[in-house]
Amino acid sequence: MEEMLTIGLSALAATLRVATPLVFCAMAGLVSERAGVIDIGLEGKMLAAAFTSASVAAVSGSALIALLAAMALATLLGLLHGFACITHRGDQVVSGVAINIIAAGLTAVLGIHWFGRGGQTPDLPVEARFMPVLPVSATDAGAALPLRFLAEVLGGHNLLVYLAFLLVPLVWWLIGSSRFGLRLRAVGENPEVVDTAGISVEWLRYRAVMICGALCGMAGTYLAIAQNAAFTPNMTAGQGFIALAAMIFGKWRAFPALAACLLFGFLDAVAIRLQGVEIAGIGQVPVQLIQALPYILTVILLAGFIGRAVAPKAIGQPYLKER
Amino acid sequence: MRTFFGAASVAAAVLIGAIGAGAQTAPQPAVVYDAGGKFDKSFNEAAYNGIERFRKETGGTYLEFEVNNDAQREQAFRRMAQRGASPIIGIGFAQAPAIRKVAAEFPKVSFTIIDSVIDLPNVQSVVFKEHEGSFLVGALAVMASKTGKVGFVGGMDVPLIRRFQCGYEQGAKHVDAKAEVIANMTGTTPAAWNDPTRGAELAKGQFARGVDVVFAAAGGTGLGVYQAAKDGKRLAIGVDSNQNHLHPGTMLTSMLKRVDTAVYAAARTAREGKWVPGTTSLGLAEGGIDWALDEHNARIVSAQMKERLEKIKADIIAGRIKVHDYMSNSACRS
Repeated sequence: MEEMLTIGLSALAATLRVATPLVFCAMAGLVSERAGVIDIGLEGKMLAAAFTSASVAAVSGSALIALLAAMALATLLGLLHGFACITHRGDQVVSGVAINIIAAGLTAVLGIHWFGRGGQTPDLPVEARFMPVLPVSATDAGAALPLRFLAEVLGGHNLLVYLAFLLVPLVWWLIGSSRFGLRLRAVGENPEVVDTAGISVEWLRYRAVMICGALCGMAGTYLAIAQNAAFTPNMTAGQGFIALAAMIFGKWRAFPALAACLLFGFLDAVAIRLQGVEIAGIGQVPVQLIQALPYILTVILLAGFIGRAVAPKAIGQPYLKER
Repeated sequence: MRTFFGAASVAAAVLIGAIGAGAQTAPQPAVVYDAGGKFDKSFNEAAYNGIERFRKETGGTYLEFEVNNDAQREQAFRRMAQRGASPIIGIGFAQAPAIRKVAAEFPKVSFTIIDSVIDLPNVQSVVFKEHEGSFLVGALAVMASKTGKVGFVGGMDVPLIRRFQCGYEQGAKHVDAKAEVIANMTGTTPAAWNDPTRGAELAKGQFARGVDVVFAAAGGTGLGVYQAAKDGKRLAIGVDSNQNHLHPGTMLTSMLKRVDTAVYAAARTAREGKWVPGTTSLGLAEGGIDWALDEHNARIVSAQMKERLEKIKADIIAGRIKVHDYMSNSACRS
């Protein structure tokens, strides 16, 4: 019993750690797609940001400078995406895929060229990383459950984890209640109306892809210098796409998207912890089955419980101003 | 997209190969690394160090290729054989099917495979008794542990890694019959060799259950495990290469598997015309397996621990301690 409780608490703590990059990316994608710009390039922006933050942290020794540099670079990539598909009305999916390919190739090549370690960046010292804000002492097993929950699940994370979860209500408010958000949604649903009202569709969409880029920058920074201590080639491992799925899962809304991210994170954390553990009545479950569990559950949930997800109406369509 | 990168990396490797080739008459060796990547600071890097030693000592050149996905393996070996490389050294058991096929097609070319046995007249197989080394570090782990719980993080769930795990468990129980070993595998695909993020999560999961010494036999994934141990102020044990220098102070030791020596020997003997096919099995007695003690971990390994471990090592070599090999019967008990 005690063992199961410990495993459960550590799985919840891991859920938050694993879900953090997904939350950043899902919120990034949400802002962009609500403005009508599809963003397949979350993965690439996150990867490029991870590389930037790890490199900058290795050179400058400052986690904060690394974060800013990564956000700046990912914003630039967002602008590139915008330039291709807002200004030049290119295909948004193609542009996003291009960004993914550029990021995967360029990070490896530059990494090999600069650091000569097969694409890895140098290991970072503690000062150049985001470390847990509140050093949590291990609570003894006898402590009350709420106290243990507070200490072991909510405590002991780094700044970016808390930032990610604070970001969700912020995005919810921004999209749902602010004037900027109202216009953003209008641009994603019916850009003609916004244009008629004398507001620039292009500038609104540009702001959306810039916000999207900056958030992807935070996700990449988290991966490279908070969760790990160096960049390794292709370290995002498809998380950008999982975040994209989570956002669609959450029907382009902030809190449901958060729930989807947490679900993916939780399934992953549980899969890790259930390995080799005897489950009462079943015995030891094969590794293969446990690792398939997240996918099986995703399919069941998608097929059975989520229902139809309706995208913003003008998504993927470049806006052509009437002359 | 994967195919695109696959194609790109094939092109890149061919290009690199071409630069290395030059105009030369003596056959040059070739190394095909496994999915962990040449700079995994562990298994593949040991092979790289071995072939680099060959290059420095003999002045010879070599061809190399890093496998990014399974589809490239056969292609890589065939390409090396066509270019006249000999011996072609395959790093890792996953290369076995490709080598078996290509070696049959090129009976005049010599092949060496590390970590697997192929029974062909032109293939040299080098295997290691990993269970012996894992037994040693398992014993040391329990000696250093305060909680009596030690952890194991494996890479891909394959018999070879089960052999590490099984040896480790035996070593742990040898020192303290009540010691608990918590073991995790990273995955079931070659991607499991290069996933430090997941490695760190596995380690943190074990720490939460009271583990304070963790042994990673997981290639590049291990880097995440060692980092997690450092961040969580626990001890970690490296594998294959001497990884003590990665985090001095929290690396308890490394289980050495002298892949570098094996690769060097294969390349060197071939150059001198003394290369022979057949199977070699290297263990503690042959110096192919060992544990690492250097200036980086001298402070954490006390004199008593060292003495006791050396005694166990001598006992294994003398046959007084029998370490069961998982691969002999696909189970961790005799």
